[in-house]
Amino acid sequence: MELNEIHIDVLKEIGNIGAGNAATSLSQMLSKRIDMNVPEVSLLNYDDIIDSIGGAENVVVGILVGFEGEIDGIILFLLKKEFVHLILNSLMGTELKSFEDISEMEMSALSEIGNIMVSSYVNSISSLTNMKIDITVPSLNIDMSGALLDAVTAEFSEAADKVIFIREKYFCQDETVYSHMLLLPNTKSLKILLTRFGIEV
Amino acid sequence: MSSEVNVGISDMKIVNAPKGLITYALGSCVGICIIDKATQISGMAHIMLPYNTNNDKANIFKYADTGIAEMIRQMEGLGCLRSRMVAKIAGGAKMFDIKGSTSIGSIGERNVAATKETLQKLKIKLFAEDTGENYGRTIIFDSSTGNLTIKSFGKNLKII
Repeated sequence: MELNEIHIDVLKEIGNIGAGNAATSLSQMLSKRIDMNVPEVSLLNYDDIIDSIGGAENVVVGILVGFEGEIDGIILFLLKKEFVHLILNSLMGTELKSFEDISEMEMSALSEIGNIMVSSYVNSISSLTNMKIDITVPSLNIDMSGALLDAVTAEFSEAADKVIFIREKYFCQDETVYSHMLLLPNTKSLKILLTRFGIEV
Repeated sequence: MSSEVNVGISDMKIVNAPKGLITYALGSCVGICIIDKATQISGMAHIMLPYNTNNDKANIFKYADTGIAEMIRQMEGLGCLRSRMVAKIAGGAKMFDIKGSTSIGSIGERNVAATKETLQKLKIKLFAEDTGENYGRTIIFDSSTGNLTIKSFGKNLKII
């Protein structure tokens, strides 16, 4: 399907709604005051996303969660090193020097944080649209951003060339960190989602 | 090795030795390198999906079947012979293990299977492969030697 301006605006709004909730959950988990700007929501293709996250070979944490129910799709969370350090330092007091040194325990903590953020995101979409949506157990991997992204974009590239890309800027004490989230409903679900917002597709 | 030509995603390039070829961060995608040593001509394709079932003419190199066939056709146009061509492939990883309705988990595996099937159908010998597992690969093809170097995060360089 071709997305027009109105579709894109609605998708951006959906992106906005979830982001606020996700930030609130993060703040509670880390017991830290976290401020955020209005998230940037855009529709990007593979190359744009890669640029935005620091190049294909930049190593990041990827947390993939599927959602299913009245709508199906996936959410991919990409966390750069600064963000991962903030989380691990707040939760466990550890200093992350390099991704090569990350422990199993730290991976599982990250996975849990990702899960909670994605849940609060999906819940806000769910309650807003009055749809039942469940999420799957998250899968985490640390690798080159290009490699983490290609499976995800391959799966959905037949539905649309672009994905909903949400970049959030958080301020926590003296630090400014970004999180990156990709929201990919499948074609059928995209239509359902837009219809729920009163948009004809 | 002299500078390498960059092959993007859903892209293909053909070079003459000593020029090399590189493609970055293959995850579930597959990189296919074909060389005809007699002509010193090499090609590399970076495919994303197994089969071009909708006959998508705008993105031939997005798919293993049409991408490989077109690469071979162009190489033959430059004087390469199919009987002399050999292939090396890398990629097709399973980056995420996820249960549920999506087929993300198996896309890498399906890409590798489609690549091998296409090579076999076109009678191109598969010389070496580094596929599967759960990590990304940047691959560099040396068109003078036919060596394929694989770089991965947190792993030693591998040459096949």
